[in-house]
Amino acid sequence: MTPLSYLSGFGIKAYPVTALTWGLLIISISVVVIISTLVLWGVLARRLPLEQTIGDVAVERRGSGLGWLGLGVGISAVLLLISVVWTMAVLAKVSAPPADSKPLTIEVTGQQWWWKARYLNADPSKILTTADEFHIPVGRPVRVKLVGADVIHSFWVPALTGKTETIPGQTNVTWLEADKPGRYRGQCTEYCGQQHAHMALFVIAEPRAAFEKWLQDQLKAAPAPASPALVQDQHVFVQHCGECHTVRGSMAGGSVAPDLTHLMSRTTLAAGTLPNTPGSLAGWIADPQAQKPGTNMPDLYLSGPELTAITTYLETLK
Amino acid sequence: MTFERVPVTGTASPDFRERLARIWETRPGLLGWISSVDHKEIGIRYIVTAFIFLALGGIEALIMRLQLARPNQTLLTPEQYDQLFSTHGMTMIFLYAMPILSGFSNYLWPLLLGARDMAFPRVNALSYWLYVAAGVFMYTGFAIGAGPNDGWFNYVPYANKEYNPGLNMDFYALGMIFLGISTTVGAVNFVVTFLRLRAPGMSINRVPVMIWGTLTASAANILVVPSVSLAFFLLWLDRNFGTHFFDVSKGGQPLLWQHLFWMFAHPWVYAIVLPAMGMVSDALPVFCRRPLVGYTAVVLSTLATMTLGFGVWVHHMFATGLPTLALSFFSGVSIIIAIPSAVAVFAWTLTIWLGRPVITTAFLFFSSMIVLFVIGGVSGFMTGSVPVDWQLTDTYFVVAHIHYVLIGINLFPVLGGLYFWFPKFTGRLLNEKLGMASFWTAFIGFNVAFLPMHLTGLLGMPRRVYTYQAHMGWDTLNMITSIGAFVFASGVLLTFVNVLASLRRGAIAGPNPWDAPTLEWSVPSPPPPYNFAVLPTVASRHPLWEQRLGEAHGASSIEQGFILDHQRETIGTTVLDSEPDVILKMPFDSPAPFVLTLGVSAIFAGLLIPSHLWPLAVVGCIVAIAAILIWLWPEPVLGQTVEPVR
Amino acid sequence: MSEITAPEGALPVGSVDHRASGWYGMLCFIVTEGALFGYLLFAYFYNAVQLSPSWSPEPHPSFAFALPATIVMLLSSSALWVAQQGLYRRVELQHRAGLAVGIVLGLVFIAIELLEWKSKPFGLTDGLYSSLYFTITGIDLVHLAVAIIGVAAVFAWSLLGYVDARRDAPTIIMAAYWHFVTVVWLAIFLTFYVSPYLR
Repeated sequence: MTPLSYLSGFGIKAYPVTALTWGLLIISISVVVIISTLVLWGVLARRLPLEQTIGDVAVERRGSGLGWLGLGVGISAVLLLISVVWTMAVLAKVSAPPADSKPLTIEVTGQQWWWKARYLNADPSKILTTADEFHIPVGRPVRVKLVGADVIHSFWVPALTGKTETIPGQTNVTWLEADKPGRYRGQCTEYCGQQHAHMALFVIAEPRAAFEKWLQDQLKAAPAPASPALVQDQHVFVQHCGECHTVRGSMAGGSVAPDLTHLMSRTTLAAGTLPNTPGSLAGWIADPQAQKPGTNMPDLYLSGPELTAITTYLETLK
Repeated sequence: MTFERVPVTGTASPDFRERLARIWETRPGLLGWISSVDHKEIGIRYIVTAFIFLALGGIEALIMRLQLARPNQTLLTPEQYDQLFSTHGMTMIFLYAMPILSGFSNYLWPLLLGARDMAFPRVNALSYWLYVAAGVFMYTGFAIGAGPNDGWFNYVPYANKEYNPGLNMDFYALGMIFLGISTTVGAVNFVVTFLRLRAPGMSINRVPVMIWGTLTASAANILVVPSVSLAFFLLWLDRNFGTHFFDVSKGGQPLLWQHLFWMFAHPWVYAIVLPAMGMVSDALPVFCRRPLVGYTAVVLSTLATMTLGFGVWVHHMFATGLPTLALSFFSGVSIIIAIPSAVAVFAWTLTIWLGRPVITTAFLFFSSMIVLFVIGGVSGFMTGSVPVDWQLTDTYFVVAHIHYVLIGINLFPVLGGLYFWFPKFTGRLLNEKLGMASFWTAFIGFNVAFLPMHLTGLLGMPRRVYTYQAHMGWDTLNMITSIGAFVFASGVLLTFVNVLASLRRGAIAGPNPWDAPTLEWSVPSPPPPYNFAVLPTVASRHPLWEQRLGEAHGASSIEQGFILDHQRETIGTTVLDSEPDVILKMPFDSPAPFVLTLGVSAIFAGLLIPSHLWPLAVVGCIVAIAAILIWLWPEPVLGQTVEPVR
Repeated sequence: MSEITAPEGALPVGSVDHRASGWYGMLCFIVTEGALFGYLLFAYFYNAVQLSPSWSPEPHPSFAFALPATIVMLLSSSALWVAQQGLYRRVELQHRAGLAVGIVLGLVFIAIELLEWKSKPFGLTDGLYSSLYFTITGIDLVHLAVAIIGVAAVFAWSLLGYVDARRDAPTIIMAAYWHFVTVVWLAIFLTFYVSPYLR
């Protein structure tokens, strides 16, 4: 199973769709094989002997063929009608989560070129804002509210759900549910500009208890810096990064870029573009345009010590 | 006597033919070249120009395939890649796929219909000049680094000035409106020619299928081109005059763009294949030595496909969050539309089975397209199912689909048509050995490139990405596709080589090297400027096979017919039964279409940067209005004034 | 079905009434331009349905200019019809007067519309509704201007003696286009001024 394949799916929304996909695929391949065989066989069986040319064969209407035409079209029509009915049945089943379920609601905003997620809650102090990697509980449907910010993007986690777009000016809704723990990759699939190719997301499904613990940990603010050196590092970070990024528990409160409060809990950087390793992190901050040309994160012209200060501070944000 | 005439019937002597030739031939020199209204010359120009754009679009594709052959390559920057994929789409879909069919149709229609020219010869010239000018206009943007970069579908808000401040979108928007004028006037020409210029006796059930294909496409274009022209006009207004059609902050709706665009673009994709399917329906039977199986069913299926094609556009928008009820309607129609396509596929296959196939290069292109059609058709069928489309859309599965339908149902029939009609256009046959080599190379290369692409899509590779990460399961598949693409391109190149070589050294072809049944094969190769010395009357669908088939009521008359030689004339006939009802006077060569095109070009160039270049647009307007008035000025020789006609 | 068609009698030569190719060409042109207005009005209704009633700064536009304008357009079409009748009855004065009155009424319509534009409290770039209003009425005015130029040309050709009861194609073709422009205005009138009362 490769990361973005949808030849198999997981979860109650995916199973009917995967079955339908395979069903239509098998019908399609069969039709191709049958018609190709008919054409090839017809040509080989009926063709003129090699010595003969056009002039050697009389022009003749050798049968009207209408009976066979009707048969072929009739069989095709039956297959197509079956496909229509099956399609409608699956569509009805997957267009909303089961009526009696209590979905978790996450609001996802697609913007050039990352994904913001807000875990909604009636209590404002329990709303979690994070980016690009979100956890969900196994066995509970998740309602995803899709908000547009700049241009049209498409939210897609192939193993769990088909695509729905984030469109500025309207809020779309989709849903998904994982029935097994796992790490499921998604990617933006509506052309949205230069870095459309590097706008991935990850949905990590965990057992309920593990998910609750993750949520509580994520809601906590970042710890206060433990040493004077780290205080200084945090200061450098806030100075250069705080205008765009938020780290709860520090003075950094910008909202146009991903929330970094628990950056080290993520496995990738820049919406899946780079692995979250010390080397990649430093390389990304030092020269974002080299890694992801056109990204909204500007070149900060940091000096060596400034870069070290920032990465040191960030590595404490577990 | 002066306003009416009893048309004389007779046969044509050599003297008479010479006199007719002098009446109809294009004047020599540069002025003659610019002023020509000969549909055959215009048809050749369309075909040559369209093949040039095919080559350009092909080169753009090959550069992209170099970039995508391996993961994480840096041959191209994202901006370069984005302009390449957008320009490739624009070139193939607008500057190649429709014009090539317009070219074949322009050349062949009067010959197929038994007429001396199209209904509006000067409009014909105009449609070509506008096409070339619009193509040059759009490529100027690309050449200066301001090519379209938002895909051929150009979604807002990314196309708005906020995200796309350069001239890229303005070149594309204005260029598309510009090209739309060419498409529209050309479509009107085809529709009126069909209604009024068919040979006496050519009732609508005796009309070649290619005529039905182009007619259907033209009628559709008349209805839907304004939709996309409007969409681009509103976008241009937003970008240059501060209107708010697509401004989300003021209530502008991004989906309005999508509706207006796809209401045009879906019928368009049927318009760029139905004429080519018509070519297969007319030419494949020739190589099977029998009439097409199910003519009436095929004609009705052509009309049904186009009609249903107006009702499926939302299937390009399944992921936009529209209500489920709307999605299910469009999904149902999108699956059912495969039924008329099945009619055509079975008709062609049965024509092979119930005929005696003769293996020529043309035959190979026509018969292989049946298989490619079915592959493209089933992948389309799969995307018609909403829940499946939610996985397939915007992945390489769709890229595989579109290339099978476009290359399979447009390019392969066109190449077959080239091998079939080249002898008629030039008097020489294309080389068969080179043709076979070209076919096999192209067929194998194409399938190596695009068949695995279905799997690439099923494994989740998104479209329109300038690169991809390793270990996603796509590496080997992309390499295979890239190699196949180069093989396919060389196959097509072999046909271009064949054309160049055969123009000078091809075997001489007589009037009917394939012993085909329709009227174009009754005139010399290449045809004289007047097409038919005397206008034929037809009594069946297959005038030249009539006696052998023994199916006609009465007999077609080709050697004897109306002699219309008072300047340029042809016969106008009634719509359904094609009975003569007027002698139409046809125009002589005129530079007005070319001058009008210059005026229109100035208008669009001026609108590119309205604040600075508006005087150019004003000048263009004046030139255009003057050219139109001079063009339409009533002329005695055309029977447009109260003076008696000679 | 037909055998060899021997010419029974004489056929008209050249551009004659509804047998002229130009007549069919104009019908096709009317279809395509009609489709254009169809899509423009679709844009209006699409936005009206998607957005709340407050999308329009003038929920019930005044009839003060629009009603007279509509009457003027209907009169102008009548003038063209009168001109056509004059042509058939070979009353050249009626023909030319009808054309001239049509042109004048067309100019009056444009004047009324420009006055209405000036009277609006919003401009082209003030919002979505206003962008639609000025664009749709503006495109209508452009089509009317083309009609006026065309009818003026026919008027001139009539003075030059090119047009009569047999060679009537210029008049019937431009009259058809003129009636099309009137119908388009009616559709715009119903959309902007009448439909708000129906919602």
